[in-house]
Amino acid sequence: MYVAVKGGEKAIENAHNWLSEIRRGDVNVPNLEIDQIKEQLTLSVERVMSEGSLYDTDLAALAIKQSRGDLIEAIFLIRAYRTTLPRFGTSPPIKTEDMVCMRRISATYKDIPGKQKLGPTFDYTHRLLDFSLLAEGNIPKAEKRKVLKEKIPHVLRFLNKEGLIQKEKNNNYQPKDITRNPLEFPANRSERLQSLSRADEGFLLALAYSTQRGYARNHAFVGELRIGYVKVKYNIPELDIEIDIAEIIVTECESVNQFQGSKKTPAQFTRGYGLTFGQLERKAVSMALVDRALRWKEIGEEFVGAPAQDEEFVLSHCDNIQATGFLEHLKLPHYVDFQSELELVRRIRKEYEKNK
Amino acid sequence: MERKFWLSTLATCNDAHLTSLWEKFGIEVNFTWLRKPEIGSIMCQGKIGVTGNNFNFGEVTITRCQLKTSQGKIGHGYVQGRNKYKAEIVAICDALLQTNKRDFLIKNIIRPLVVSDKNLKKDVMSKSASTAVDFFTLVRGET
Repeated sequence: MYVAVKGGEKAIENAHNWLSEIRRGDVNVPNLEIDQIKEQLTLSVERVMSEGSLYDTDLAALAIKQSRGDLIEAIFLIRAYRTTLPRFGTSPPIKTEDMVCMRRISATYKDIPGKQKLGPTFDYTHRLLDFSLLAEGNIPKAEKRKVLKEKIPHVLRFLNKEGLIQKEKNNNYQPKDITRNPLEFPANRSERLQSLSRADEGFLLALAYSTQRGYARNHAFVGELRIGYVKVKYNIPELDIEIDIAEIIVTECESVNQFQGSKKTPAQFTRGYGLTFGQLERKAVSMALVDRALRWKEIGEEFVGAPAQDEEFVLSHCDNIQATGFLEHLKLPHYVDFQSELELVRRIRKEYEKNK
Repeated sequence: MERKFWLSTLATCNDAHLTSLWEKFGIEVNFTWLRKPEIGSIMCQGKIGVTGNNFNFGEVTITRCQLKTSQGKIGHGYVQGRNKYKAEIVAICDALLQTNKRDFLIKNIIRPLVVSDKNLKKDVMSKSASTAVDFFTLVRGET
């Protein structure tokens, strides 16, 4: 017999009303506006866009407000909204070589065409609390310098010229969209990178860190990190004209990793690639390291059983919305499941007593 | 000026800037919708290691619409984001840019948008240039 239990509507409604009230906080404090979040909590907004896998600053800011600043909850809202959108098409790949760079650094070469440009970075700050932000502190103005008309080429090109680094394979592979086709293992690198680019930053950081500490030995250099504006192109189907339909901020990281060489190939450097929406350096670097670790088979390395090498483990657990969905459902009523477990344990104990 | 250029400029321009430029001139246009503004997305692709295979990177919100003016010109409004009014203005501009209003619109709407985007980028690049590292070497002791 199964008896459905109903109830709780009133309690749920009241809980949500209280949630709304508590979200607003002290009404004597001015209401937080979406534009303020968009302009002043940009890195939260960008993280929500990246892991929500939808570039829209207004929506991300709204989601952050609605979720009381709980970024995973905000990402959940974006993912849910994303599924309601009709897909108008696919862009050709963005050209990061044409990026209007805010920041561009290389940890492998000091002198590079286009120079090392630090951009608006937390690096080299002393991580001391700035109490002037408590008050109406004076904001220093950003300096400006004459812009030289120079290209900012990708640094790894220089290694490429000498054949010292592996070339990227390009066989015009048509990537499957993992939001429409379930991921299959073994996955192609294109599908892996889609998965990693929407993955949880904390998870990628921990895995990347594990590779640095020796779980999957690959010593990484940041060959290049660049952050800036790129155009997204789109072919208007009715006109067959390709236009710049959007402009987005992205972070790109190319890592350089050593490879001892094998019987077939001489020693050369190998690559890892990271690309994210927004200015998410930590995530882009982590992504590049994890991408590299996952490439062990193709490169001819040994599988040492490290978590970061295990594609199925990494890709099945890197999505924080999948993870949080399964985890948080534990809070929902399991009265019947538990009842059956209770019955079972009681019966086993009774049999145990009888046979003692 | 090519259609590709004005459509690109209009798709990526600042919403508020376009709206204020458009409303300043109060151009009245009669049109019928071929497709009312609708919000959707496009999948943006990346390229592995700059030169490798493509991969699906993430989606971007897009609004699109099509209309036909009483003069019989068809205008396409494709814009980044979810601003339906912006998509409408873009579609009207696209239609008018195919008529004798073209020079007026280029001068008063497209050019100002191009200039303001150029200034924005110049601002970013010049601030970035100010953070360029000038290395110097210190030599200690006898060489």
